[in-house]
Amino acid sequence: MKVLSIAVNTFRENLRDKLLYNLLVFALLMIGSSVVLSRLTLGEFHRLILDIGLGSINFFGVLIAIFVGIGLVSKEIEKKTIYTIVSKPVARYEFLLGKYLGLSITLFVNTVVMAVGLLVVLYAQGVPVEGMLFKALALIFIEFMVITAVALLFSTFTSATLSAIFTLALYVIGHLTADLKVFGAKMDDLSRGILDGIYYLLPNLERFNLKGHVVHHLDLGGSDLMLIVTYGATYTAVLLFTASLIFHRRDFR
Amino acid sequence: MVPNPDLVVQTEQLSKVFRVGFWGKRVTAVDSIKLEVRSGEVFGFLGPNGAGKTTTLKMLMGLIYPTSGRAWLFGRDLGDPQTKARLGFLPESPYFYDYLTSREFLGFYGHLFGLWGAALDKRVDELLELVGMTHAKDLQLRKFSKGMLQRVGVAQALINDPELVVLDEPMSGLDPIGRKEVRDLILRLKESGKTVLFSSHILHDAEVLCDRVAMILKGRLVACGRVTDLLDQGTHHQVELVVDGLTPEGLDHLRPLTEKVVRQGDRMLLVLKSQQQVAGALEIIRAAKASLVSLNPQKGSLEDLFIREVAGHRSSSENRA
Repeated sequence: MKVLSIAVNTFRENLRDKLLYNLLVFALLMIGSSVVLSRLTLGEFHRLILDIGLGSINFFGVLIAIFVGIGLVSKEIEKKTIYTIVSKPVARYEFLLGKYLGLSITLFVNTVVMAVGLLVVLYAQGVPVEGMLFKALALIFIEFMVITAVALLFSTFTSATLSAIFTLALYVIGHLTADLKVFGAKMDDLSRGILDGIYYLLPNLERFNLKGHVVHHLDLGGSDLMLIVTYGATYTAVLLFTASLIFHRRDFR
Repeated sequence: MVPNPDLVVQTEQLSKVFRVGFWGKRVTAVDSIKLEVRSGEVFGFLGPNGAGKTTTLKMLMGLIYPTSGRAWLFGRDLGDPQTKARLGFLPESPYFYDYLTSREFLGFYGHLFGLWGAALDKRVDELLELVGMTHAKDLQLRKFSKGMLQRVGVAQALINDPELVVLDEPMSGLDPIGRKEVRDLILRLKESGKTVLFSSHILHDAEVLCDRVAMILKGRLVACGRVTDLLDQGTHHQVELVVDGLTPEGLDHLRPLTEKVVRQGDRMLLVLKSQQQVAGALEIIRAAKASLVSLNPQKGSLEDLFIREVAGHRSSSENRA
């Protein structure tokens, strides 16, 4: 119940933040502009709208997750609001989970708004909508959950600026981890071991990317989808657990 | 050692060492502090900026962990959820959630204590009334002045009707009216049987409000006790006399007893060295047929004590160096 109160409060605070609306407006503009861009291409304009649309939702969602996410904890410490909460009968992990849940609700609402924007564009352009599109959107949302947890983890022990840089870096690396494995395969045993270790340690965010499937009308089985969702949920849980451990030991100076 | 359950706050050798900078240099912020706050009293925690007041209060509130020593609230270990339900805390110059109205803000804290619905609405209205903020209940906090924020902050600390109210520098940054309001509020809390522990570097406030005070300097406790006892300690009580129509001969007799003489026409202000001189001085004034206008024993102030302690501390550390 306390977690939920903190979550609702965080959501309410997010909703009144201008940054959120700026990012959302840009995302919708990007999705809308895909119509104009597709005019420039020869044929295949369905593909371009879907590609740009899903890409924009992913990119702006991640920006929201990072820039709102890093402020979740560091802003509370800076403004000393956390003092009034932790001195009440609220465990520190409850505070952290509440904050996480609050931003998750914000991101969910944002994803829905952006998805509706995309659907409107697709409908207006007469692009057929397949079930795969919704699976792709669901996985984009799971990716947001992982990124938010990463941002939260970093913000429990570093400043807001460093957390933003680290999280953004991890987002980029997370989409390229497959290369680590390929690269490692060409190296000696020790280097391969190290690269494989990093590969398994870092989140493999490319797993959540179904743009290719949507654009090329490929299907993804239910069990595969479940596996990816489970991967995302487990990874998030481990991140949140680690964040709670660090947060529990921390001095609020 | 066994905590005394009658004490609201009790600390034993409480210390905090921070590691600062790249090399983790050790800085002792609080050094072996022993504090005892009794139920129902207003306790002032005094010291200059950077003395370790906030660090001590934060340790008590479970925001930072002590390096060594122990502390209890209501005879229980720090961090116990049951004790947290019995206290209220206002940090120094807090900012809170800018985009919430004071009603939403207090409602949120109420939820943390399991208050919902009509009971919560009633409590929030009561508190806004108590701190005189009913007129601003639907205004967002970012539009508040510092004094208004402080008052909403106090309301936040009282949402659970706590037995112990801890206020960190509640008067700092407020104008004289705001300070008086906070003072009145602390006295009202005391009347309703609450224990109040507050830190301040404004000594006058403490002198007026506190039953007992502790003075901290560079992390160490330098004085602790009832305000009156501390003021009596070591101060020799001067007495001021105002006399009309004193003849020069009379003044000559009085001189050996006085420390200072100020003449204003026919009127004279005499400062006696100590209370022991009063009887003799009155005898001389009567004999000289002069008239006594007023007699004022001069009390020392916490400020005098404080300045003496700081000076003493400086000279002792210079001697050590």
